[in-house]
Amino acid sequence: MFTFNMEKPKASSLFDEVILWDMIVIGGGPAGLNGALYAKRKGLMVGIVTLEIGGQLHNTSTVDNYLGFKNIEGKDLSDEFFEHIKTLEVPILTGIRTQEIKKNNDIFEVKLSDGKTLNTKTILLATGGAPRKLNVPGEVEFSNKGVSYCTTCDAPFFKDKHVIVAGGGNSAAEAVLDLVPWASKITVVHRSVWRADTILLEKLKAVDKLDIHLNSQILEIFGDDLMKGIKYLDKSENIEKILEADGLFIEIGTIPNSYLLKDLVELNERDEVIVDEFQMTSEKGIFAAGDVTNQEEKQIIISAAEGAKAALAITKYLNKFYKGE
Amino acid sequence: MSKLLNKELQDQIREFLNMMKDKVTFVYFKSDKNCDTCEQTKMLLEEIADLSEKISFIEKDLNKDTEEAKKYGITLAPSFVILDNEGKYKGVKFNGIPAGHEINSFLSAVIDMSGVEFGFDKDLVERIKKIKKPVNIKVFVTLSCPHCPGAVSNAHRLAMLNDNIESEMIEAQTFQELSVKYKVSGVPKIIINEKHELVGNQPIEEYLNKLERL
Repeated sequence: MFTFNMEKPKASSLFDEVILWDMIVIGGGPAGLNGALYAKRKGLMVGIVTLEIGGQLHNTSTVDNYLGFKNIEGKDLSDEFFEHIKTLEVPILTGIRTQEIKKNNDIFEVKLSDGKTLNTKTILLATGGAPRKLNVPGEVEFSNKGVSYCTTCDAPFFKDKHVIVAGGGNSAAEAVLDLVPWASKITVVHRSVWRADTILLEKLKAVDKLDIHLNSQILEIFGDDLMKGIKYLDKSENIEKILEADGLFIEIGTIPNSYLLKDLVELNERDEVIVDEFQMTSEKGIFAAGDVTNQEEKQIIISAAEGAKAALAITKYLNKFYKGE
Repeated sequence: MSKLLNKELQDQIREFLNMMKDKVTFVYFKSDKNCDTCEQTKMLLEEIADLSEKISFIEKDLNKDTEEAKKYGITLAPSFVILDNEGKYKGVKFNGIPAGHEINSFLSAVIDMSGVEFGFDKDLVERIKKIKKPVNIKVFVTLSCPHCPGAVSNAHRLAMLNDNIESEMIEAQTFQELSVKYKVSGVPKIIINEKHELVGNQPIEEYLNKLERL
């Protein structure tokens, strides 16, 4: 009934005291937290700056594919990660957005939304992704008026209602399962075929109130004060159809939060940060890990692993350039 | 009757509350009519108050103690406000039980109200203090929303730093009529002075940008 996870604020913050950091981690999801863990253990002066601890784990109800955890809530996994980090006393600033990164000689200046500027030798960008939008008419207008990107947050508003889930990957399948206790009817509308894991699709078969429209592309979201339904193209019949519904959960992947680096490092055509095998970007001293990178598979365990790789590479980098090893 | 907070949670929260600087008071309003969550809310507040000598708990009745209700602008039940060391209302209000994830915004408000520094930058505090127009911030939440406590804490901190600002958490499922009225079907949803909206957990600067343009 209670999910208590407050950290103890310290009277004096290291963020006001440290003049030059070895490594600043931007982002508090699996990649950032694991990066900080590895860096701290190597003895680096490392700090984390993030809007929220947990990142996209917060939008996931159940995680079944993180080794060692057979079935855990996304939020609980995030809490486990955070507890682990706390034992190492890594300084963390939460509720903070990073506004700008500037390079000044070999030092990076990280400007924060609270007015502080941090100076650091290296950066680990682990800012993850934001929900990808459908980019159809009505999406912005009905956002939070029926259109939602977070089932764990918003499922309770759709008690005994008909909701649509857009998407065909694991997050779409998970969203359906999240909605089962609430919605009276659920319809999946997806532009191509299922990409979700077989084990999840098996679970969906047991959901009586589920309708599935594959090869169906959403064209428009309509309504008045609140969303009332969607117009979609049934591609197999090539006919536009109307589907009335009270809600639409959009689960079609993420877009990388790479805007901070767009003028500093090379991005690919999907705006993902291009990294080498050591997680280093095209700019010396800036590393990236997790969903923000051009790594193909967006998975919790892969993001965490990339964070570790980056921290180890950063340690070597610092030894080489600052200690001459 | 068994307690809402188990032993482990009590210990965690007691330790957390050790950080409190000065005293605070919870003034809780119940109603005997149509209030499914009043009893639980009262239990939670009493159990939390028992974990620190610096917390006092006062119970009021929305329908009988109308003078007090008016003083704090209380129109719903269960609702409560947190008063500072001098018994002053700083505009920090909760409508509905702050359980689930919202226990975090509740306890954070307790610590903040007791006088522990937020660690805000000086310029930011200056900007907040300069807001002259009366501001009411409503933050709609669900108890299963992990992004919501951050949004509530930011709004409450603004209220604590400026007497012109009042901030209230509203638990969307307890107060469904309000959720319908403000067209809430996604949280956190932030309503400023009845008409301006912010969606999602926003950093304090985003609030401030909105407030400065009112």
